[in-house]
Amino acid sequence: MAREGEDPGMAKASKVKRQRKKKPKENKTRTVHANILYDNAKGEENPNRNYANNKIKTTKYTVLSFLPKNLFEQFHRFANVYFVFIALLNFVPVVNAFQPELALAPVVFILSVTAIKDLWEDYRRHRSDQEINHMDCLVYSRAERRYVERYWKEVRVGDFIRLRCNEILPADVLLLSSSDPDRLCHIETATLDGETNLKQRQVVRSFFDLDCDFDPLKYNGIIECEKPNNDLNRFRGYIIHQSGRRDALYKENLLLRGCTIRNTEEAVGIVIYAGHETKAMLNNNGPRYKRSKLERQMNVHVFWCVIILLVMCLFAAVGHGLWMFQYGDKRPVFDVLSPEGTDLSPIMSAIYLFLTMIIVFQVLIPISLFVSIEIVKICQVYFIHQDMDLYDEETDSHLQCRALNITEDLGQMQYIFSDKTGTLTENKMVFRRCTVAGVEYSHDANARRLAMYQEMDSEEEDCTSHSGTLPRRDSVTSHQSARVVLRSQSTKSHRRTGSRAEAKRASILSKHTAFSSPMEKDITPDPQLLDKVNECSSQMDFMRFHSQPMSQLPSDLADIIDFFIALTICNTVVVSSPNQPRQKVRMRFELKSPVKTIEDFIKRFTPSRLTSGSNSSSSSSLITNRSSNRGCSSLLSSPSAESTLTKLDEEQPPRGLEHSFGPVPPCYNGKAWNLEDGELRYEAESPDEAALVYAARAYKCSLVGRLPDQVTVELPHLGKLSFELLHTLGFDSTRKRMSVVVRHPLTDQITVYTKGADSAIMDLIKPPDTGKRQIKIVSRTQNYLNLYAADGLRTLCIAKKILSKEQYACWLQHHLQAETAIQGREELLFDSALRLETNLQLLGATGIEDRLQDGVPETIASLRMAGLQIWVLTGDKQETAVNIAYACKLLDPEEEILTLNADSQEACALLLEESLHYIQAKFLCSSTDQAAKAFHSNFAPFEIYPSSSPSSSSHTTPFTVLRLGLVIDGRTLAYALDKSLEDKFLAVARSCRSVLCCRSTPLQKSMVVKLVRNKLKVMTLAIGDGANDVSMIQVADVGVGISGQEGMQAVMASDFALPRFRYLQKLLLVHGHWCYSRLANMILYFFYKNAMFVALIFWYQFYCGFSGSAMIDQWYLIFFNLMFSAFPQLITGTLDKDVSAETLQQLPQLYVNGQNSEEYKPYMFWMNMIDAFYQSLVCFFIPYFAYADSDVDLFTWGTPITTLALFTILVHLGIETKTWTWMNWLSIAFSTALFFTVALCYNASCPTCYTPSNPYWTMQRLLQDPLFYLLCVITPVAALLLNLFFKVLVQVPFSSGGQMKLREPVSLFSEPTRWR
Amino acid sequence: MMASSYNAKDEDGHITVSGPGGGTLRSKKPENTAFKQQRLPAWQPILTAGTVLPAFFIIGLLFIPIGIGLFVTSNNIKEFEVDYTGVDMSSPCFNCSQNFSWNSTKPCTCTIPFYLDQPYESNVYVYYGLSNFYQNHRRYVKSRDDSQLNGDVNSLMSPSKECEPYAFHENKPIAPCGAIANSMFNDTLELFYNDPNGTRIPIPLNTTGIAWWTDKHVKFGNPGGNNPNLTAAFQGTTKPVNWRRPVYELDADPGNNGFINEDFIVWMRTAALPTFRKLYRIINKKSSMVPTLPRGNYTLEVVYNYPVRSFEGRKRVILSTISWMGGKNPFLGIAYITVGSVCFFLGVVLLIIHHKCGNRNNSADISN
Repeated sequence: MAREGEDPGMAKASKVKRQRKKKPKENKTRTVHANILYDNAKGEENPNRNYANNKIKTTKYTVLSFLPKNLFEQFHRFANVYFVFIALLNFVPVVNAFQPELALAPVVFILSVTAIKDLWEDYRRHRSDQEINHMDCLVYSRAERRYVERYWKEVRVGDFIRLRCNEILPADVLLLSSSDPDRLCHIETATLDGETNLKQRQVVRSFFDLDCDFDPLKYNGIIECEKPNNDLNRFRGYIIHQSGRRDALYKENLLLRGCTIRNTEEAVGIVIYAGHETKAMLNNNGPRYKRSKLERQMNVHVFWCVIILLVMCLFAAVGHGLWMFQYGDKRPVFDVLSPEGTDLSPIMSAIYLFLTMIIVFQVLIPISLFVSIEIVKICQVYFIHQDMDLYDEETDSHLQCRALNITEDLGQMQYIFSDKTGTLTENKMVFRRCTVAGVEYSHDANARRLAMYQEMDSEEEDCTSHSGTLPRRDSVTSHQSARVVLRSQSTKSHRRTGSRAEAKRASILSKHTAFSSPMEKDITPDPQLLDKVNECSSQMDFMRFHSQPMSQLPSDLADIIDFFIALTICNTVVVSSPNQPRQKVRMRFELKSPVKTIEDFIKRFTPSRLTSGSNSSSSSSLITNRSSNRGCSSLLSSPSAESTLTKLDEEQPPRGLEHSFGPVPPCYNGKAWNLEDGELRYEAESPDEAALVYAARAYKCSLVGRLPDQVTVELPHLGKLSFELLHTLGFDSTRKRMSVVVRHPLTDQITVYTKGADSAIMDLIKPPDTGKRQIKIVSRTQNYLNLYAADGLRTLCIAKKILSKEQYACWLQHHLQAETAIQGREELLFDSALRLETNLQLLGATGIEDRLQDGVPETIASLRMAGLQIWVLTGDKQETAVNIAYACKLLDPEEEILTLNADSQEACALLLEESLHYIQAKFLCSSTDQAAKAFHSNFAPFEIYPSSSPSSSSHTTPFTVLRLGLVIDGRTLAYALDKSLEDKFLAVARSCRSVLCCRSTPLQKSMVVKLVRNKLKVMTLAIGDGANDVSMIQVADVGVGISGQEGMQAVMASDFALPRFRYLQKLLLVHGHWCYSRLANMILYFFYKNAMFVALIFWYQFYCGFSGSAMIDQWYLIFFNLMFSAFPQLITGTLDKDVSAETLQQLPQLYVNGQNSEEYKPYMFWMNMIDAFYQSLVCFFIPYFAYADSDVDLFTWGTPITTLALFTILVHLGIETKTWTWMNWLSIAFSTALFFTVALCYNASCPTCYTPSNPYWTMQRLLQDPLFYLLCVITPVAALLLNLFFKVLVQVPFSSGGQMKLREPVSLFSEPTRWR
Repeated sequence: MMASSYNAKDEDGHITVSGPGGGTLRSKKPENTAFKQQRLPAWQPILTAGTVLPAFFIIGLLFIPIGIGLFVTSNNIKEFEVDYTGVDMSSPCFNCSQNFSWNSTKPCTCTIPFYLDQPYESNVYVYYGLSNFYQNHRRYVKSRDDSQLNGDVNSLMSPSKECEPYAFHENKPIAPCGAIANSMFNDTLELFYNDPNGTRIPIPLNTTGIAWWTDKHVKFGNPGGNNPNLTAAFQGTTKPVNWRRPVYELDADPGNNGFINEDFIVWMRTAALPTFRKLYRIINKKSSMVPTLPRGNYTLEVVYNYPVRSFEGRKRVILSTISWMGGKNPFLGIAYITVGSVCFFLGVVLLIIHHKCGNRNNSADISN
């Protein structure tokens, strides 16, 4: 194909050279040549040699680099450095406290546990890399002149690869050829973004018209494209042919690694990005690392521990100095000289001792704490994963924890920022009402039918819930499901019913088509409108038959037909049929196009930089040839420069109509087509598109086929019409609309159909000087729009515009320039779209219902009872948002709503000021009631608890949060978020019970979250499902993604991914609470344990001349934390439940516990420390007095102390443990057994080793000593007596733990009832 | 399948806990097991007055009798203690304590008379006690070589560096090396019974059986095993600086000489606290008829060698019988009684509080 450019070869060569010369300088683009032009893929002259190959290596380490690299990484954690420092200090003879080798043990243990974990993870990565690297694909071989099997890792940039159906793409490939007659290739991108619908990719335009198979040998283009980047939705570049022609490349030409080829027998492409430079790999960043609030608090206390340690060491050092000093020159025999025989001055000794003490007391800094926390968190994540209640059967997905280390943050949330669409709502759209040309069609039948379903459902639910005993229940449910199936067969149901069987059925039905639940498809048309459609189309049919111009059609009828055409074609819906799920429906109408004047047109319209001089003539002649050869299929090619111009050129053929209806199948019978209709499935990128298409189909305007350049629509009476699709101006969130430019086959006019948010469209309506009718339509439609919004419907406006050829040509010229630009293409395209979408003619509007997800109101209610402030940030319009907010009980009809809508900064400031005054006034009024105030100060944690009756509101209205709702729109929000106003805004917002931000952009969402988080110093959670929530999710302390229907971007950015919104309740209230309370208690216990153990040695210093001596054998000292006392606390930290899951869900108020950090307050740390010191005093002095003035030796005395300490901390843990399972018993038994076993073995193993303690046979002798047992009984009792007493004492007046928590809310509940 | 594993790897990243990677066909539904759903059967003790009260009373009721028993047992132990440091001018050992030196060759002897007001029926244990002697000092405790003491010939000739600076003296290895051995207690104590008729009857003091059996037979050993010629075995070593006699002349009995001398072994077991006693001799009961030590006057003859005045130390001799729980120490009995009483008392306090507040709570419950 590229042969035709051979004659001007010289010019091209020079061009290529210029390109190559440029490359190193600008270096902003990547140039890809075909590898087959060069001998060797890695050869010197191959320009692709510098690009990454397709071998992927996600491992962090190699065999050699593992140790140094891993250690280096671990030493980033400050604690590890500290412990290594201490271990090394032991190697200094003057200060060493333990055997140096032994002192290394804990550090080595901790480091190696982490290292083994890393190694295992890395090995898993390595194995999966290997697997992927060794997958096969077909690569064109220069030597063998055919495609040969190669491993993925051998694929290089510039290789040609052949892909067959259902193969996975090994790299990012530019599509050059496809077996599909339309030169399309369908891919499934589920692995990239989770979207299961098919996406079309197009062959690069210049390779479009190949009749025969693509021959790599003939390829000689050079591709210039962007550097590898991680934007999945962007690809820009151009291909330079030998002829010098440049063709722009789009993301539609690029097949991404990881996608699967579907529907296409064979495709050939050239590798553009390989291996780690593919977009999929660049998008793949590991799990996120966040530090939780609890851990931040904990770190403060670790720091305090360091200070305590230093104080203790200093104390001991001073003590030692004084002790030395009191002997003066008379050196006692037990004060051993230094090994060199020199005498140390008291001061020097004190300094050395200080260092020694740091080593001895190192246990105070809990070395294993960090590892334990990690282990516990992994277990917590495991249990969250395993929770059946967080599993969604319908999508077979369960909760995903993507961030492993912030589980406990879930228990401390204070603010929830929620998206609306897809998060609170199903994001399954149902067409409810529409208005066309100012006339409303209410679709009452639809609403009635819906109501009927709901009744039936509630009856069924009643029936099941009343069905009493369990065995009976079974039969009832089966009966019910049978009925459901019946019903869904006869009338087709929707899913809101909560009935599993039905849901499942719905999911099976919609398995292959995203966004097509039975409900969406099943729309009862409004009879009036249906009649009009029929009438209209029959008239059109008549007119067509009589060759009358279409403009004679009455304008309201024309509007109706236009309205439905717009619904049908102004979208990106792909049609497929279910019997061949991934087989698109093909229907091509060959149009004949005279090409007489094409050259004129090209001369007039083609931008000079695209085709210049002689080229233009040659290429145009080529087009002429081709189009005649192939029956002008090129006309239907993509909306590209030449072909579009060619089509434009069709100079209103006199028999145009006949032509365009040439090969219409003779089957005009609506019924026959309907049958086929039923088989069609629509796959849309956004659910409301699908809903509209289904709605149009209910009116017999069905979309039967969509190709990149052509949309086929079947209309009643008129049969199939194919619209030439000239341009699609996709939806974006700034424009809030999308448009298609088509040529209407009946009128042959170039028509723009625009669909978008009402605010976006209404401003663009042609100024109403055009006629009274239009003014009327606009005002009426606006009325209806308000009505729809009040009903909580999503509104869309449909408008159209007819372009004259001149206008179009003028616009086209700019647009083409924009399309081919490499730099700033987005902006140019955006501007171009803005230019087109003006002076529209309003056709009508639709109201689509976005159904609330199951259990949303209940979840919101209980989250709010849990003291969580819920803000909804949505891009929807205010009325819709407010209505959804009412529907999901976010707003209460009884509460006042402050609405902030301002047009300017000043107005906004004024509004905020007013609201503040209002709130203060309200606050004053409520605070006069002293009793109320007292009540709230007593029950501060429950202040947000909503009252059930307005009469008691003065008593339950908290003085910080009033019964107010705040609604603010995007524009005002922008003003309110300004630095000067943000404080006021916050002051207003925080006094409101609920805040609703409408029309907010993704950026605003994240700004709001950031503002609240930073200014109020609260824990924030953001939940959303779409790409527009990503920034918000990333900013919040905890980001939750709904793994729903709008792709995976939100999930990829989130810390936790939920299948449904209602799972948030259990995740926060139960798992969050548990994780927080478990971890908080474990951390406190850790501090206690270490302090208690270390204090024993500290007390001993008073009896050994502050010499740094320890009565506890160094083995016990070092392994006490790591082994003997480690397991029970891990078990408790993982499994303990202070309150059962049921109670936590029934009484969301318990959640405030975590919000106020009640399990881990700074004073608790100090209380624990004091308790630890007290207990260690007991554990030290009972053996001290019991063995005072006896012949006991150092370690025979120290071993019982160790044992006592172990027992004491185990019993202490027992007191802290709220739920005892066999695991707890086992772990405690195991710990005890482990200690004695190790002690016995250790004490029997070697009579001469383990200096200095040399504990040979110590334990064995102790076990024969009754005194030992007597001590073991009394000491833990004495040590924990007070602790236990105070625990009981504190709980008695307010009742005890679980019971208190059970009772408190009960009394709160009962309070309002009594007031009544 | 491939894609899914690829995908799982990419997305999950480090999340590896989700169990063995299920195939694509298998439902991801979690298993409904008690463990995985965190519904393990559990005992949930709620610390209320109601549950804790009985525990308090039971502990109180158990501990008080035990404490009384222990206290009585301890009181039945007969113990006599005499301080012979010689700090006071009046003390018989005052002179000896004054002219002290580690290397004085002329032994100083002092005689301390005492009176036992009750007969000691069973075996009597003779202890010497030291006060203010920090045998638990960190550097002191370390200053020994266990291999040498075990009879290892290499260690005998080249003691470990832990013994420094008591490892070599005049270029000869010290046996036994280290500060502990160097500071060994070397007073000699002898006990005489003053018969009412004036004769001084020496009381036979048993020198063996005072050390742990395992110490004597396992931990400690003379170089060369059972070689009776200890002099030859310790050839090439020198005695510790403070010692008067070399280690192979500690006792005439070859079974109690050298490193396995029990006085030495006892000394080498470093005391836990600065005031300690160490077993010196045992007076075995001769027959069931005669008390081991009858009531009457006794004389203690001390060869005063060991200096303690430099560190304000005290030296004592203790005669004591022992019971199943060791020597006389009323502490444990008192402790049990105290803890038991406190438990009981707290129980009563709780009972009162519970009674007062419990009613209120109950009524609140009922009102709901």
